[in-house]
Amino acid sequence: MTNNASSPHSASLPMGLLATSLILAVGFALVPQLILSAPNEPTMGFVQRIFYFHVPVAWLAMLGALTAGVASAVYLSSNSETADEIAASAAELAVVFGLCAIVSGPLWARKAWGVFWQWDVRLTTTALLWIIFVAYLFARRYGGPGARRLAAGLALFGAADVPLIYISVSIWRTIHPKTSVVPTLDRGMRPAFWAAMLLFSVLFFVLLGMRRRLERLRKQFNTLYLDADEAGLLDD
Amino acid sequence: MSPARFVGQVWLLLRKDVRVELRAGELIYATMLFAAIIVLLFSFAFLGGAPPTVEVMAGVLWVALALAGLVGISRSFEREREADTLRGLLLSPLSRSAVYLSKLLSMALLMSLVVVVVVPGLLLLFGMQLSGAGALGHLLGLLALGILGFTAIASLFSASLGRARGRELLLPLLVYPLSVPVLLAGARGTYDILYGTQESLIDAARWLRFLLAFDVLSITCGLWLFEPLSTNE
Repeated sequence: MTNNASSPHSASLPMGLLATSLILAVGFALVPQLILSAPNEPTMGFVQRIFYFHVPVAWLAMLGALTAGVASAVYLSSNSETADEIAASAAELAVVFGLCAIVSGPLWARKAWGVFWQWDVRLTTTALLWIIFVAYLFARRYGGPGARRLAAGLALFGAADVPLIYISVSIWRTIHPKTSVVPTLDRGMRPAFWAAMLLFSVLFFVLLGMRRRLERLRKQFNTLYLDADEAGLLDD
Repeated sequence: MSPARFVGQVWLLLRKDVRVELRAGELIYATMLFAAIIVLLFSFAFLGGAPPTVEVMAGVLWVALALAGLVGISRSFEREREADTLRGLLLSPLSRSAVYLSKLLSMALLMSLVVVVVVPGLLLLFGMQLSGAGALGHLLGLLALGILGFTAIASLFSASLGRARGRELLLPLLVYPLSVPVLLAGARGTYDILYGTQESLIDAARWLRFLLAFDVLSITCGLWLFEPLSTNE
């Protein structure tokens, strides 16, 4: 317990987090206005606006997976608790944002392609990413103490899927819009798109920080609980 | 360690696994019987309707392979755990990579037995047809590469399950998602081979190369990850 006693405030909510939360609150009020004022896409019409949501959440699912993969590699090689906490938090975010992408995509596809789901390479690899990180969370939740390293190994494979998702539209013939949509975006759509990207990225890091703090508190609580149990304070 | 020594270790361990299995027989018979049951179940499930298409046959082949294969693999590691021989192996002065590679190869041998049951089963019950020896060679190549990729992942995770709770439940949850590329490429490639035209065989060759790339990647990852994953906290 000595390492925790030296920094009693390490787990308190930092000021930076509060400040960014404020930015988020303002951002989530403003960005919808930008999205509404962006020009209508001529062929797809109003449904195209889901793009301002779908692309940022899909990007964050990939970022979460990559972060979890890198942090897991660090954890496996150095046994760093911090890396493990970051990996677990990022994996959770990959699942949450992945679900957002997997739900928002089909809503658009139903209008644009006429079907909710196509066995397209990008869709398949994204679904695979999502399943891998769900399995990661499952292993951590139900695997007991021995399963943390195992889950870390899983996260590495999950992260390896990310470049595949990214390049899938350039290599295979797919019906999913290509990555080149972004640099060739209509000038009027750019403010809404980049504001949404920025805002969601800030949200990602705020959630990552808060989730990591929760994970650390949980570990401290468990240590304290075990110590108290050993000292005979819980016998009643 | 010199390469020759490494190969020697792998060979020694592989011989040990095969000898144990030949004497006990448990896994060989159980896995083959299980594979036969799965093919029968599939044939019952599709009974009575239109004759199954080549897509269905390709799917049945790879799903049966994955199901029966993992049952065998998980039982093999569970047996090692019950007798505490896995710990013995990990404690011995053998290279961890050699332990991994030998496990991978012995599990691949076990899974080839599934092929011996499933492919004739499909020929008999589903009326699967192979156009000539070339197609058979392609199919066997595809199966060999698919089995290697699948066991590369399955043996990594089943050896590393250690003392994790609910291992029987956890293993398929970890292995099946990661082996989706193998099953996908295998089933698509098999479909192309069974379809049997000149162009579809070119497509099959593409899936063969995809599997080869996946195998190289997953075996490399496995060799690299086996040491940290099998070390318990």
